[in-house]
Amino acid sequence: MAPRGEDIDQMEMIKRFVGSDLVYKFNRSPVAIIALAVTVLLIGGAVLAPLVTSQNPFDPASLNLMNGFSKPMEPNQFTGDTFIFGADDQGRDVYATILYGMRISLFVGFAAVLFAMVLGVSLGLLSGFIGGRTDIIIMRIADIQLTFPAILVALLIFGIAKGITPPSMRDEIAIWVLIIAIGLSDWVQFARVVRGATLVEKSKEYVQAARLIGRSSVVIMIRHILPNTLSPVLVIATISLALAIIAEATLSFLGVGAPPTQPSLGTLIRIGQGFLFSGEWWILFFPAITLLALALSVNLLGDWLRDALNPKLK
Amino acid sequence: MLAFIIRRVAQSVVVLLVVGLVAFSLFRFVGDPVENLLGQERTIADIERVRSQLGLDQPFPVQYFKFLKGIVVDGNFGVSYRQGRPVADIIAERAPATLELAFVSAVFALVLGISLGVYTAIRRDGWLSNAVMTLSLVGVSLPTFLIGILLIYVFAVELGWLPSFGRGETVKIGGWTTGFLTASGLKALILPAITLGLYQMTLIMRLVRSEMLEVLRSDYVKFADARGLPSRRIHFRHALKNTLVPVITITGLQLGSIVAFAIITETVFQWPGVGLLFINAIQFVDIPVMATYLMLISVLFVTINLIVDLLYFSIDPRLKADGSAGGGH
Repeated sequence: MAPRGEDIDQMEMIKRFVGSDLVYKFNRSPVAIIALAVTVLLIGGAVLAPLVTSQNPFDPASLNLMNGFSKPMEPNQFTGDTFIFGADDQGRDVYATILYGMRISLFVGFAAVLFAMVLGVSLGLLSGFIGGRTDIIIMRIADIQLTFPAILVALLIFGIAKGITPPSMRDEIAIWVLIIAIGLSDWVQFARVVRGATLVEKSKEYVQAARLIGRSSVVIMIRHILPNTLSPVLVIATISLALAIIAEATLSFLGVGAPPTQPSLGTLIRIGQGFLFSGEWWILFFPAITLLALALSVNLLGDWLRDALNPKLK
Repeated sequence: MLAFIIRRVAQSVVVLLVVGLVAFSLFRFVGDPVENLLGQERTIADIERVRSQLGLDQPFPVQYFKFLKGIVVDGNFGVSYRQGRPVADIIAERAPATLELAFVSAVFALVLGISLGVYTAIRRDGWLSNAVMTLSLVGVSLPTFLIGILLIYVFAVELGWLPSFGRGETVKIGGWTTGFLTASGLKALILPAITLGLYQMTLIMRLVRSEMLEVLRSDYVKFADARGLPSRRIHFRHALKNTLVPVITITGLQLGSIVAFAIITETVFQWPGVGLLFINAIQFVDIPVMATYLMLISVLFVTINLIVDLLYFSIDPRLKADGSAGGGH
């Protein structure tokens, strides 16, 4: 039986992807391979957390207080349980708290970047396509925001949002506020790049042709111009993800991010810092190393992607 | 020239007015100021009286104008909900800690950044240069708070050389408390200053290095070498001098970031400065303190950007010829 048209297209696309320049370059870059491996491992661990850990650290029923302060790789003196990364003061497996914490970190990171991307790309498209007064207003706002460091903008938005919401809802919506705050602090990059690309694409013949056959401005923007501006957006999104993860960790570390009921990696580091002086180094060390590995490998992937997609470096 | 300056100043004023509006809206609409002032036993007459005392029965633009006038003329930023004292007093009390920290880390970043930058440019392929460059990459990718924790672990917990929190003993001179005059105050400054300045230091180092490499290739340096001038004189008198213009602009722009990132450093080291005050204000939703910090930091950033823009304008002749280039930066 002959495969249907769709299947052929899909197989063709996979073939084209495997044979592409990008995959070829990827196979020649040990840094990119290691970075991708670490990223996939960490994200996989976070996604599959309930399957690869023996306890849910945020379910009090699965904890045993006697396991408190178990050292890494050593059987606990009371219960005989062994934790590879040790246990914290409440007997939570540090390995499990890291994987569950990373879920929050990654969720916030991905959602914030997605939000920043949608906002930035739309504003950039509008700015470049419509031009005139719209362009001036959007780019002026972008300029002003760029003069303030992103973390400060995120902090201010978080503070304002916290002031507006009633106290009973604050913990519930903290994660969403965090996503909006980080996203709003990060849209400018996307808008600037997309605006620049749109200005170039706008005057090309295919856009004029689309206009001639009477397609509407919205369709031209979304169906014709947008796909041609996406490769730099992909690079910025990857680098933004690393920045967003660090921003989330910083805000949570400062105690203004994820609530104690949903600790992220930053919250875990904040908690771990309290045990630094009493010698329980593992409660701090392993979350910190995980955060570092995650942020660094995503960052390296972004760097590699930027170089690989840059036609000047070919 | 004059048109450019006027436009930039006008733009800065607009930004500040918008920030002031945000801050004012926070005051006015987040929580009820009357509610905050009156206790449980209030009557409707009380509420009316306080409302007209505070001017809350007047139109919004009038209220906003009065709010701005209060700040500019009397320095009246309102009263902290949490501490019950005027915000202006609290900030004035906390500012010396942050300013001293920012000053020391800026000096640290400049001195070490420039010297390491010069060194790595001159000894381009030396093992020490390579080590410094690699280390600087690691330094850039570490989040600020992890650097602080790492330093605390090494120098306070393991070695026990330096204190891990607070300012140590301070001396009061007029309204200014300084940690510069006591041994414990100076010791307490070291770790926070390094934490805060490390990122700026690597930035300056990399900038000086690349500028130096550029300059060292230029004809006048080769000529000076051919004339037989001692290399020390060439490196420092001829080459370094020409790398300093971008370094100064970047450092100027980074001053704002230093104050902003002081929030993180101050939290790690429990440094009693404005940044820690701001974080606590966010945690306890202390609106007047938040709004004041927002306004002060905006004034700082807008002023720095304005100065840098004007400096560019006086340094770069191309901006003078082309008036339309004045808008962007």
